[in-house]
Formats: sequence, structure tokens, C-alpha cells
Amino acid sequence: MKVFTIDKKDWDAGIERTKLSYQVFGPVKEKEWHCFKALDKDEQPDMTYSNTRLSPKFLVQPQTEPMFTYTLDESQPDHHILKEVNKDTSPKAMVGIRPCDASAFLLVKRNFDAPQYQDPYWLKAYNAITFVGFACNDPCSTCFCTSAGCGPFHEAGLDVLLADDGDRFLAKSLTDKGDAFLAAAGWKVQADDAGKIEAMKQAAESKIGSHVSTGNLKAKETTQIYDAPFWEDTAFSCINCGTCTYSCPTCWCFDIQDENRGNSGVRLRNWDSCMFPLFTIHGTGHNPRGAKVQRVRQRFMHKLKYYVEKYDNGIQCVGCGRCIRLCPVNIDIRRVCNLMNDYDPAACVCPA
Amino acid sequence: MIQQPASARLSQKRGFTVQNPYLPYPVRIDEIITETEDKNLKTFKFVFLDPKDEDRFAYKAGQFAELSVTGKGEIPIGIASSPTEKGFIKFTVNKVGLVSTYLHSMKVGDIMGLRGPLGNSYPWETMEGKNVVIIGGGFAFTTLRSSIVYMLDPANRSRFKDINVIYGARSPGMLLYRDELAAWERRDDINMHITVDAASDPGWKYNVGFVPTITEQKAPVAGDDTYAIICGPPIMIKFTQPVLDKMGYAHDHIIMSLENRMKCGIGMCGRCNVGKEFVCKDGPVFTLAQLTTMPKEY
Repeated sequence: MKVFTIDKKDWDAGIERTKLSYQVFGPVKEKEWHCFKALDKDEQPDMTYSNTRLSPKFLVQPQTEPMFTYTLDESQPDHHILKEVNKDTSPKAMVGIRPCDASAFLLVKRNFDAPQYQDPYWLKAYNAITFVGFACNDPCSTCFCTSAGCGPFHEAGLDVLLADDGDRFLAKSLTDKGDAFLAAAGWKVQADDAGKIEAMKQAAESKIGSHVSTGNLKAKETTQIYDAPFWEDTAFSCINCGTCTYSCPTCWCFDIQDENRGNSGVRLRNWDSCMFPLFTIHGTGHNPRGAKVQRVRQRFMHKLKYYVEKYDNGIQCVGCGRCIRLCPVNIDIRRVCNLMNDYDPAACVCPA
Repeated sequence: MIQQPASARLSQKRGFTVQNPYLPYPVRIDEIITETEDKNLKTFKFVFLDPKDEDRFAYKAGQFAELSVTGKGEIPIGIASSPTEKGFIKFTVNKVGLVSTYLHSMKVGDIMGLRGPLGNSYPWETMEGKNVVIIGGGFAFTTLRSSIVYMLDPANRSRFKDINVIYGARSPGMLLYRDELAAWERRDDINMHITVDAASDPGWKYNVGFVPTITEQKAPVAGDDTYAIICGPPIMIKFTQPVLDKMGYAHDHIIMSLENRMKCGIGMCGRCNVGKEFVCKDGPVFTLAQLTTMPKEY
């Protein structure tokens, strides 16, 4: 594992060189917010950013993604037969992705890369990307990554970890893909003080001011937490807008739709959300999660109980804090997580 | 011109040749049968355009498939044919929503898709050498028909002990597969208990009464060697389960098939979960013992 030092005056030229080998994505400020976008020639990632408003999951799972095309024209020999859409699998680099967002892909991968079925769309997109992460020296007040199995210098899911050290970046290569990216950029000076990253990491982790407790979640009875009295209270102010699920880097639910224009059409998949009643409604009109409280409970139970039990590998959350910052009615996953983790039906005397 | 770095070339070479689980097999509608007097239930018999796809579609009774109506969408439907029936696959579809309504307007010869088989199945290995009681109501008799045909196949009948079938519908004209029901009535290796809620036909020679009542009268005594498979509308299940409880059926001997709204059918799109289980991938068949540990979100 090699650590390179990149003088900031060599940064722009290096990024330009990587564009010969990769389609490079990075954080760019658009109006008030940052978002990930493909960088044009001479366009640089804004390495002074905090984090993007929406997570970069759309680069692997686009909000709308064509799956198949077809023709309904019966004079064509292959009418009504679906044809696969070619995916762009050319190499891409996500420069400046925060460790939490890169780590989120690993959590989502458990869903799309299952033993029985593999999702070719998700996997092809994911495998084409080199993740050049950017450690957080100054986490936000809503970040709780260190207690969500992640951290400001977390390396899992990254190919390179960059750390901002004043007039230079330290770049730790974590994989072969990372080596290839750094070579393509032409950054070759090895750092003689690689240990500094560890000191920066500890300083950043000590700045994380909020935490969740998750240790009891796995052992709790599903039906007991499900029937806990705090759900009504938690869901009371929710307007089911879906902002939490759309901004979340670990939410992956989707819908599949056929869209026709004249005689040709596309089978698409679109982001969907467990906040919406249509998500689960039966053809008969029966809806197993027809009430708001059931949908709010589903979101938290999925992330903090079902996922925990199913994969035995932590919660389905990386602590990025987006849902907390963006929720229009201030529902806070940290509070809900702690309620669930601490819930003891025997000790409960009255609903909160 | 984009040059690929060595590692990127490598990862592409390692590449993905995974089969696309969202791609349906192309099929042709071979036959359409209107099953019930309200004409709301039709059975569609499909033939694979590529005969090799039939082998790839090897299924077990109790599984389902996504019927893919090109340009409309997909619907998850239980497989009504039996693995022992070759050369076709059939489904009985209730006319309910966008896709099923359009499907009801389609004609023999039309091309569409079939994706599957999906889900687990009834636990055939567990039930081998046992008595099997099939309890069905309304149009939820499709995978039960598959199961009966499968068990009655000469190659399989000896693998099961007594077979009892309790099947009810609102009226005689609402029973599915009436010719086959009559043929099974005539056999001595299966005990049929057909019932209707009410019959105006004086010639009706079978039972009259709701499924729970007939279950209480006709179902065999409970025991380690007896498994009950229940499939029907929620109201039937709600009132049949206490009857089985009273008769002493253990909850791990009561087998149920669930339905939920689905899209992907392979445990990825996230909507059909009941607790941590996906009805599409981990189900649709669960024992009552399993269901009691899960939220009632179905």
C-alpha cells in the first residue's frame, strides 16, 4: 500500500491527465449545492466542498435507467421481444467521493450481488468505477458515521483515499485500480510521512459529535420492535415526501415501467420509495402498508433491523446525515435508531 | 480517444457474463380458456418460441413467474401447470389491473414474455411420504392445481400417502378447472371435497358451505405425517386457520402461499418484503410457524 504526496499545484494537471483514461466525475457547485457530475475538459472537482446534497448513487443506479427496448410493430420479425440495452462500461473515476458514500455502495451491493441473482445493470456500472475518495477533515454536525460502521477516513469501498493536508494532498492507494488511477494522473512522489494520515484520521474522528447505538438491534425480537409504541409518535409529522429515501446513499428500491412512444418502447426502472402508498398496493386495492405509520416504520425497520438481521454486518446506513438535514419535518434517524436499540417492552409503561 | 488504464482493461476482461434475470423468455399464446361464469378468469397456455427455453424454465409446483406483456408491464402469477406437463406452461389470471386487463384482451398467437420460475415452492421433499391436505378457495387454486397434477402423476403418486382436497368457490360456475375436478372426483387415490357458498342448481351433488366448515368436517386428523397447504383469500385463511388449530395441526405443518405487490421478482426492488423476508425470493411459500415470527404485512 503506497502513499503519495501531491502538491496542490500539480493537482489540476494530474486530473486533466486522468481524463485521457477515464470519464472523470467530481463534486461541482451548481447554484447553492454541490452535486456529482462528469467533468468537462479543464473543469476541476471542487475539493473545498463538504458533501453533495444528493448522494452520488445515481452514477451506479440512475434515477431512470433503460433496461430493454422493444417494438410493437408486428411487421418486424422481433416484435414484442425485449432486447437488452447496451450499457456504457467504459472506465470512470469518481474523484472526491466521501468515504461514507463510497462505503454505501458496499452495503447496497449485498442486495444487487446476491448469491442467487446478480443485477447486471448495477454491477456493470459499479465495476466500471474507480473510487477516488476524499477524507473529511471537518465533518458536519449531522455526521454520525463513526457509530454507523463508517468514518471520515474510512477506506472500505475506495480505491484511493485522498486527504487534504494544507498545500498538498496525501493519496493512499488501496487497490490495483487505485494504483492505475494515480499512475494515469502521473502522481509519483511517495510521501515520507505517510503516518500523518493516521493522525489526521484520529483528529477527524474526534470531531464527530453525534452517535447512534446499534449493539442491541440484532438480538431484539422483530415483532416486538415492530409493535413498539414509538412508531405513531415518530411518524406523526411525516408527510411521506420521500426526500429521505431519494437522498439516501443506501436506499435502492426501484420500480419497473414500460414506456411507449408510437410502436416502440423502453422498459425502464426508476427510483421508488417505501414512503409512497403505491409502492405496495395490491391489484385488489388491499395495501399491506397503506397507512403512513406503516411506511415510516418500514423505512427504519429495513435499515436498522431487517438488514442487520439478514446480513449480520451492521446497519443499512453510513451516517452521512442527509436525511436528517433534508427532512422537512425534522425526523431524525439517530433518535429512531436509539429508540429501537434501547426498546424494552417489559420496561415500557406508556407510549412516548 | 480514450485510453484504458491496464487495470480497467483487466476488470472488463474479467467482465460480466451474468445472465440478465430481468430478461423474459419470449412465448406465444397457444390457447385461452375462459374459466368462470363471470368471465373474469382466463387460463393462458404459453409455448416458448425457443424450445430450449422450456428446459431452462424447469420449475416446481408452488413457484410463480412474471408474465411480461410487452408495452404494458409485468405481473407475478402462480404457475398453474404442473412440472409433469410438457410442451407448454399455463397460468390462470384474474382481470384486475393494467397488465391483467390487457392480457385478457390478447389473442392466441400473440407474442409476450415469461420470466422465471421465481420463488420457492411447496416443500415437496418435506412432504414426501406424508398425507397432504390441500385447502383452497376462489381463484387461488392455481398452484394447488399444479400440485395436485404433480402428485397424481403415475411417477409421483406413490411418493405421497393420502391426498385430500378441500376446494370452495362462491358458486359452481366460479370453480376453476371444472372438468379436472370432476375427473379427480372419480379417482380413488384422491379425496375431493368440493364446496360452494351457495348453489341454485338442484343438480349440485357436492358440498354446500364455507371452506372452514367443510375443513372441520372433512379434513383428516392432525399428525406428524399430515401437512396442510392453504391458499385462498384472506377471509378464508382467517377462518380456516383456527379450525386447523382446533384440530391440532402444528404450525410447522400448515403451509401457506403469500402474495404481495412485486416488480423484480428476484428480491431486489424492495417492495414485497414481510419483515426481512421477500415474498418473491424467500417465499411465496411459508409455514405458519414462520409467519408468526414475521410482521403481518401481506
